[in-house]
Amino acid sequence: MAINIIIYSAIVIGFITGIRLMQSPGTALRGNRLGAICMAAAIFFVFSELKLFADYMVWIYIIAGGVIGVIFSQKIKMIQMPQVVALLNGLGGGASAIIAVVTMYAGPDENGLLFWLTAAIALGIGAITFTGSMVAALKLQGWAFKRPLFIKGHKIILYTLLTSGVSLIVLMIFYQELYIIYILLFIFSLCGILMTIRIGGADMPVIISFLNSFSGVAASISGLAVGNALLVGVGSLVGVAGMILTNIMCKSMNRSLVAVLSGFKNNRASDQNNKNEESLSQIKNKSLSEGKIPSIFKKARKVIIVPGYGMALAQAQMYIKQLLDILEKDNKDVKIAIHPVAGRMPGHMNVLLAEAGIDYAKLYDMDKINPEFPSTDVVICVGACDVINPAANTAEGTPIYGMPILKAFEAKAVIIFNLDRKSGYSGVENSLYKEENVITVWGNASETLPKIIENFKNDN
Amino acid sequence: MLMAMLIFLIVCAVLGYIVISSVPSLLHTPLMSGMNALSGITAVGALYVYSISSPGLKVIAAAALILAIINVTGGFLITEKMLRMFKKENNK
Repeated sequence: MAINIIIYSAIVIGFITGIRLMQSPGTALRGNRLGAICMAAAIFFVFSELKLFADYMVWIYIIAGGVIGVIFSQKIKMIQMPQVVALLNGLGGGASAIIAVVTMYAGPDENGLLFWLTAAIALGIGAITFTGSMVAALKLQGWAFKRPLFIKGHKIILYTLLTSGVSLIVLMIFYQELYIIYILLFIFSLCGILMTIRIGGADMPVIISFLNSFSGVAASISGLAVGNALLVGVGSLVGVAGMILTNIMCKSMNRSLVAVLSGFKNNRASDQNNKNEESLSQIKNKSLSEGKIPSIFKKARKVIIVPGYGMALAQAQMYIKQLLDILEKDNKDVKIAIHPVAGRMPGHMNVLLAEAGIDYAKLYDMDKINPEFPSTDVVICVGACDVINPAANTAEGTPIYGMPILKAFEAKAVIIFNLDRKSGYSGVENSLYKEENVITVWGNASETLPKIIENFKNDN
Repeated sequence: MLMAMLIFLIVCAVLGYIVISSVPSLLHTPLMSGMNALSGITAVGALYVYSISSPGLKVIAAAALILAIINVTGGFLITEKMLRMFKKENNK
């Protein structure tokens, strides 16, 4: 027993050290490999503990899972990371739920009450994670449930299901009837679907982080049921990581987790928005126009580029890289500002830009870059709307009010490359479009950006 | 036994909180896919229930094992692939 504790602790310390190495891009690869080694060690140790080496079927299962994992990791593209993580969250939750079911059938060896309680909770959380993640992954991949589905009485149905699920878990402790397992599975699977089916694209970072956390929590609690400290410890690491990210995402979007999950609809200003569009079209004739862009670029010394999810949709990453290169060639100070919810999951935008070959040292997060906007000559926004909307500071009562933004409006000039003048996910009109020092270029960034880059090159 | 487990859980959660909070937002996506790999620790639980169950249940336990191993290999390899893209420019 003592040897177990030592080995388990060593493995968990290895994992924690691995995460610590993730603090900087220079050491992160080593951290990931350390994690992989620890995982291999953990599985090997349990193998020998359970004397499974001779069971060739186990090897077949492991090889099957391994092959699927390897093929999967080769096929995915970086733009698909949100759905990939969502899918893997789901598999983790599914595995925990299955473990809970099997262990309930096998029955407890000690402490019956807590066994049934933990197994039933692990089953519930695992099932929510599985179905919720599958819906989220399908949505993100665009295969199904593309639009948020609003069901009448959504909140009431969800709360009723959750309450009855929890009561059944309590019931399970006293009447260990195995058929309850299936009712629990059904109820919690439905809860997972209901929680995610109405989620819109921009709420995705919250839900993915939340399900990431849940996949860890399910593992941890199933560890309590089967009595394995490794599951308990490592599961809690995953759970905590997901919670930290969920919290960051909620704050950056100015949404509460309960609001996102229970289907609480923000009073989006969509009707009002249609009227605003008319008023916006009237302000089109401003003194500044597209033609002025090259001269503005030429004079500028300090430039900040703000990419949003629209840039990713337009697949315009490489033009950002080109723009960065030509501006830097001209001896300008260029930085890239990244809002926490610029992508569809935490850190997504950083990955997309790194993939395009942009040096990560040029990527700045919101807190670091915000003090620099007043001294900036030009801000170039590509496919970003809500995250630069000054209404977040001023328009009290709108859904966006209070959301932290990139203070692009403080710069001397702002050039916006957006598909159209429609408001962002929040439904709040972007008051920046009306400002005097703002130039707007409407259209697909993959078409508008190359033109600007070409013009600038020819001018030089 | 349960008490020891709970203490272990809390210690891990606290240590985890400390190290994970200082991961920069730059690396949050690799962090999440890395966490996908770590949640593959359920492979250990799957092996455990596999070893104690009857032949019929073994098939179900095997499903959990396969899912968990997909998480482990997929998670670590995807994280590796992603982290390789974070490069500094050498020519400057």
